[in-house]
Formats: sequence, structure tokens, C-alpha cells
Amino acid sequence: MSSPRPISRIDTGLDVERIRQDFPILRETVHGKPLVYLDNAASAQKPQAVIDAIAHCYAHEYANIHRGVHYLSERLTTRYEAVRERVSRFLNAASAKEIVFTRGTTEGINLVAHSFLRPRLKAGDEILITGMEHHSNIVPWQMLCEETGAVLKVVPISDAGELDFEAYRRLLSERTRLVGVVHVSNALGTVNPVKEMIELAHAQGVPVLVDGAQAVPHAKVDVQALDADFYVFSGHKLYGPTGIGVLYGKMRHLQEMRPYQGGGDMIKYVTFAKTEYADPPQRFEAGTPHIVGVIGLGAAIDYVESVGLEAIAAHENALLQYATERLLQVDGVRVIGTAVQKAGVLSFLMKKAHPHDIGTILDREGVALRTGHHCAQPVMDRYCIPATARASFAMYNTFDEVDALVRALEKVNRLFG
Amino acid sequence: MSGLRELYQEVILDHNRNPRNFRRIEPASHRAQGHNPLCGDRVEVFLLVEDGVVKDIAFEGDGCAISTASASLMTEQLKGKSVAQAQALFDRFHDLLTTEAEPTEDLGKLGVLAGVREFPTRVKCATLPWHTLQAALRQQAEVSTE
Repeated sequence: MSSPRPISRIDTGLDVERIRQDFPILRETVHGKPLVYLDNAASAQKPQAVIDAIAHCYAHEYANIHRGVHYLSERLTTRYEAVRERVSRFLNAASAKEIVFTRGTTEGINLVAHSFLRPRLKAGDEILITGMEHHSNIVPWQMLCEETGAVLKVVPISDAGELDFEAYRRLLSERTRLVGVVHVSNALGTVNPVKEMIELAHAQGVPVLVDGAQAVPHAKVDVQALDADFYVFSGHKLYGPTGIGVLYGKMRHLQEMRPYQGGGDMIKYVTFAKTEYADPPQRFEAGTPHIVGVIGLGAAIDYVESVGLEAIAAHENALLQYATERLLQVDGVRVIGTAVQKAGVLSFLMKKAHPHDIGTILDREGVALRTGHHCAQPVMDRYCIPATARASFAMYNTFDEVDALVRALEKVNRLFG
Repeated sequence: MSGLRELYQEVILDHNRNPRNFRRIEPASHRAQGHNPLCGDRVEVFLLVEDGVVKDIAFEGDGCAISTASASLMTEQLKGKSVAQAQALFDRFHDLLTTEAEPTEDLGKLGVLAGVREFPTRVKCATLPWHTLQAALRQQAEVSTE
């Protein structure tokens, strides 16, 4: 071990110690060591405010919504719809009616594939995605292509993990019916220039869906400024519950779209001869929704905004920079994904140890990170690697935790030396 | 670090660094590819079976230390054994990883993999080469741990 060159810990002023007090799980120990949770890109931990909101809802407020005339139902319906308003402000949508609650990012993309794109897709049409998409933004489009004879086109990425913008320009054609792009790559951390991509697509009349699962927890997203046609994210990566997510869609698209599932709550009038569908967003929310999930999501957004997304982003960027420099001092570490614009994610390999072995050894040190292909196998193929180890950061992570990661990696080297 | 030392014993680290029989057999009488989608491990097992006896066995692939060492140790242990003996050995090896069974003598060096049982998520790494072997002997082209 060489003595490390001093690397600066940039203090962004975020009171991380106070934030850590809000997350009860951070007081847990794993294998007798303090938990160092660096698997936030897979799912973020929950603040007490979210846990309390969920428990309180079940204990004091619970009933089904949208149909009861009784007190509890009316009150919870109001609260549920207030979260829709809350999400609308969070994304700066033009109207709360543009916010559809889903089970998560994956369902949001599948909903757009089924209800928006499928009816207008024919053989020879093209769907354009990028080489750094999560499987959830590949497979639904592939399924449509198989059904219709449309063709999936892929914008290549550079060795650094940046989108080839010139190739994007070339691949956008008069046959392109939709662009699907990840805002922040979960495997590489790359932040894509979605605003510029949308501008270019719109110049050719092509709508764009943005997968914001990794972006929303790390930066302020303004769907109107981006001019996104569709924007999807999951609650659980934003410190909220699992099983709840959001699809934002421009009202003119939502109005034209067919329902996703049929059932209760998505209709105006039903006879055996014909059913008249409800207006958006109810048209896309068949059945009893994840009511308490929505309440939890509302609490999560309140919490995130009380801390401030700008402050969170500054702190996470400081951590990412510090971690990148510290890891590169560890013998045999190679970082995968070196884009200029990155957020929250540090994927790496070690010369002597396979990611799966790294994961096991780190786990025994209390350090939780992700190893594998991160549901982005084409990204792994692009770099001719089977897997990476991935540390991903959240507002509650500290510089000391990065040091714990580095010490654990040095242990890997000693064991495999 | 005791659990880790149990898992990453010197024999395992050695077979990971210098896997034995890490090559192809052309032509092979039996071959199959194995894949663990969880971690991306891939292994291909080649066999030359004559008169029910494993005359030669080799593997190629890209995997973690546990799957690489397990494949390497497997090839060492099976060369010269009958197909029936190979199957019996797999059953005992599987028991070693998933139950409290003590290593039996015929497992030989494979006994060093007993430590894997303390790491349930890694059992599939150790058994992947063996499942691939079985697929090869059954003339299946591919096997996955899913």
C-alpha cells in the first residue's frame, strides 16, 4: 500500500450527520460492522418521515379511495390526489392530470409502449434507443418490434460511456416513431444531454420518452423545460416505497392513448355493449391503486425537497469525485464509465478479483454494493466485461464511508494478492 | 475475516489464478455452456468420453474465483472416472454445499469448497460447472442457474 496523496473532501455544507439521523436503517450493523450502504442506485433507504407516513396512513387514515362517500374514503381521496399535485409541482408538469401513478419505471415504459406506440407502429418503423439503456427501456420496445415488424435502432456509446451525438443525429430518421433514452445511466453514471436530444427529435416530429429512474433522486427535473413527451421514474429510488412510480405524459398524448388495463376506476360508463373510458390520468389507473404507496411517495418528495435537490446533488458529486480519486489509488482498480457529466454511480473492476468476489468480501466488511450486469447486459457487452462492481451514492453517504470502501478493497487485494 | 478465509482457501485462490485444464477439447464427445445470469459467469465444459469413461475433460469461461476454482477442481477430479462415478460425485458435492454433510474421501480436493455453504448466494457459483457438466453428458447445449 502506498501512502495516499491527500484528496480533498469538499464540504458542500449539507448537514449529513443530521440527515443520517433521519434514516433508522443506517444504525444497523452487518456482520458486526456498521452498515455502509452504497447500493442506492438499486434502491434508496427510507427516512423516518416516509415510514411514519405509511404507518400513520394504515393506522388512522385508511380506506379505499375514489368511491366511498364516507369520511375516511373522502379524506384519503383528497390526500391521494394532493400527492398527484405534489408530483406535478416536483416535475414542473403543466397539470396534475399529466401525472399517472404506476408500479414503477418499468410499468411506465410498458404503458407507453402499449397505449401510445403500439397502435401507431407498423412494419419498417423505427424505435431509437441508446447503448446504455436499462433492460426496462430495451425489452418493451423489442417486444413491440417482434409484434409489428418495426426495427429497434441503437445509438452507440464511446469508451468513456458518452452518447455519440453525431450518430444520434444520423440515426434519427423519417421512420423513427419514438426515442427512448435514459437520463442518467444506472450502470455508468453518465448524464445524457436529454434536452438537446429532445430538441433534435422534435425538429423531426419524433416524441421522446425519458427514463428518469436514476435522475430524479440526484437533480431537479423540469419536464416542461426539457419538453419531454414522457418522463418515468420509481418511488423507491427516491427514498419512497417500492411498488409506486410515476409516468408523466403530455396531455395531448395521454388524451389520444388507449387504456393500459381495463377494470374499475378507469371508466366513465359501462354497459355490456360498450364502455366509455375515463379521461387521463384515471384512464390509466385501473383497479384499486397502491394508495399507501402514493402517500409514502408524497412524504418522500416532501423530505427530498426539504433537504433540497441542489444541496443533495452537490454533496453526491463531491462524494463521487472523492471516491473516484480514492479508488484509482487502489492497486488494479479500473473505472468503467468516465463521462464528463456523471451522477451518483461509480462502476469499477479490479485486476485480481471478479466483481462477485469483491461483493462477498465487501459484504463481510459491512459495505453493501451491487455486483453484476446491473440489468444492462448490452453495456457490459460494449466493454467486453461480464460484470462490474458498482458503488452508488445518496444524500446520507459520507466521505468516511468512501474510506471504508477503499479499506475493504485493499482487503480484497490482500486476500487475492 | 474467518468466514472469508474459509471461503477463499489457498487451494481455491491457486486454482483461480492458475486454472487446470483451462482449454478446449476439439473434437469433444460432449460439450455444453453454462450461464449464471445473476453475476454474468459463463463456463463451457468439454468432455471426451470413451466406453463410459471420462478420458479427458476441460473448460473455458469467465467467472468469479469460486466458479473458476470449482471448474478447475472438477476437471482434476473427474479425469479417468466413469460417467456413473461423475454423477455420484456431483450428488455428494451438491450435498457438501447445501447440507451439513462432511466431505467424503472421494471428493478429494473438492472438499475445500465446503466453506461456500456459509455464503448461500455463492452456492450457484460453485455448482455452475457441475450443472454444465451434467448438461453436456445429457447432450443439452446450454444450462442456466436460473
